[in-house]
Amino acid sequence: MYSCADLKKGLKVMIDGEPHVIAQFDFTKPGKGQALYKCKLRNMITGSLFDRTYRSGETFEPASLEDRDMQFLYKDESGYVFMDQKSYEQVHLDEETLGDDRFFLKDNMEVDILMFNDRGIGITLPNFVNLKVIQSDPWVKGDTAAGNNKPAVLETGYALQVPSFVEEGDLIQVDTRTGQYVTRVKE
Amino acid sequence: MQTINWALARKRPILEQRARILQEIRAFFIARGYLEVETPQRLPGNAPETYIEPIASEGWFLQTSPELCLKRLLAAGYPQLFQISHCWRQGERGSRHLPEYTMLEWYRAGVDYHHLMTECEELLRHLAPAGTLQWQGRRLDLSPPWDRLTVQEAFLRWGETTVAAALAKDRFDELLAVQIEPHLGWPKPTFLCEYPASLAALARRKPDDPEVAERFELYLAGMELANAFSELTDSGEQRQRFEQEERQRRSAGKPPYPMPESFLQELASMPPAAGIALGIDRLVMLLTGATTIDEVVAFTPEIL
Repeated sequence: MYSCADLKKGLKVMIDGEPHVIAQFDFTKPGKGQALYKCKLRNMITGSLFDRTYRSGETFEPASLEDRDMQFLYKDESGYVFMDQKSYEQVHLDEETLGDDRFFLKDNMEVDILMFNDRGIGITLPNFVNLKVIQSDPWVKGDTAAGNNKPAVLETGYALQVPSFVEEGDLIQVDTRTGQYVTRVKE
Repeated sequence: MQTINWALARKRPILEQRARILQEIRAFFIARGYLEVETPQRLPGNAPETYIEPIASEGWFLQTSPELCLKRLLAAGYPQLFQISHCWRQGERGSRHLPEYTMLEWYRAGVDYHHLMTECEELLRHLAPAGTLQWQGRRLDLSPPWDRLTVQEAFLRWGETTVAAALAKDRFDELLAVQIEPHLGWPKPTFLCEYPASLAALARRKPDDPEVAERFELYLAGMELANAFSELTDSGEQRQRFEQEERQRRSAGKPPYPMPESFLQELASMPPAAGIALGIDRLVMLLTGATTIDEVVAFTPEIL
């Protein structure tokens, strides 16, 4: 169990039976009054954000979350399907839970799925993923200036800015944490 | 290669302002006939208070406030005193709290808390002669008189319940901090006054309304800056209030605390007086525009 003294930004705790992460934290106290622990909490299942103030003496159950190694299988109407390679158990994540991360999934990719009560509530991708450019304007000959960018669309439907020398059919590396182009990759 | 601690180096402008503010505070009180004193920072005991936890030091305690020593000096015939000293309070760390911080306290015989309100207005006028401050993008108007609001009025205006109900549910501090404080001290500073007597262990009860004490808290820009009393000088009543605080401490499982006997004895000869404690670090925040207390001290505990 955590006490108020353990509260800090990033701590994951159970509140009303659901896992929450502390998004913002401050200690305050009227000079002669009780210590108060002001938290901005995010519900890790619904994403909703709200304020709550706790007083000394309250305790918190750590959120029982686990990361599990899984493989991305496919996408269907029910969402994105992952499989635990040891137990063969399958887990579904919807588009809203994945957010932009859905654009960086490739078949058979190995990822970490954050689990709560046998439900997938989040994903951690490899930091870098290689994806094919399926749409981009042709390179204008002579445009060699470094830093000149142009829009491109990747095989997963993700749109981003790439350097002007990148062409359709090229394979590029994307940083999944920032969603930005890193380098061109030779196949 | 030698490296400079840039986090420390870039605090220079605020530390220089802080030094000037301290000099100006001293000049203000000395010009008014106050005697600056230094009292011991390690004591056999502080005033027992339910929600202020002292730090133990070889069987004694670091001071949570210099008030008991200052009142003993008042009782010995020093009518006007001020002190700027460090105070320690266990577990208090936040964007406006440090477990070791700097407190200004001043005491004056023969006046009540109304006099201190006026003196607060004059002190800020001395430190900010323009009469206005910019803080967090909002303008503060320091021209006197500042707003005076009772605790009862503040709860009626902004609280979800009354003072009596908040006290009964043990939610007074929470509602004060969450629902009321953010409204106080804009655009003019606010004196929040007439606290329930049960929340003012060292303050005199108001003669025409003994349910409340002659206590005020000064707020600027939603931030608590100072706490003041017309001092309780009835030694017997003071002992009872301390015993009540001590009972609450023990029932909350806090370590026992010695009764400050020398203080209680000498309190009998203390003249009517008023006293106030003002947080210097927060004052420097307001005067320099700093958002957190970390910005106005050279060292926080985390970087030691």
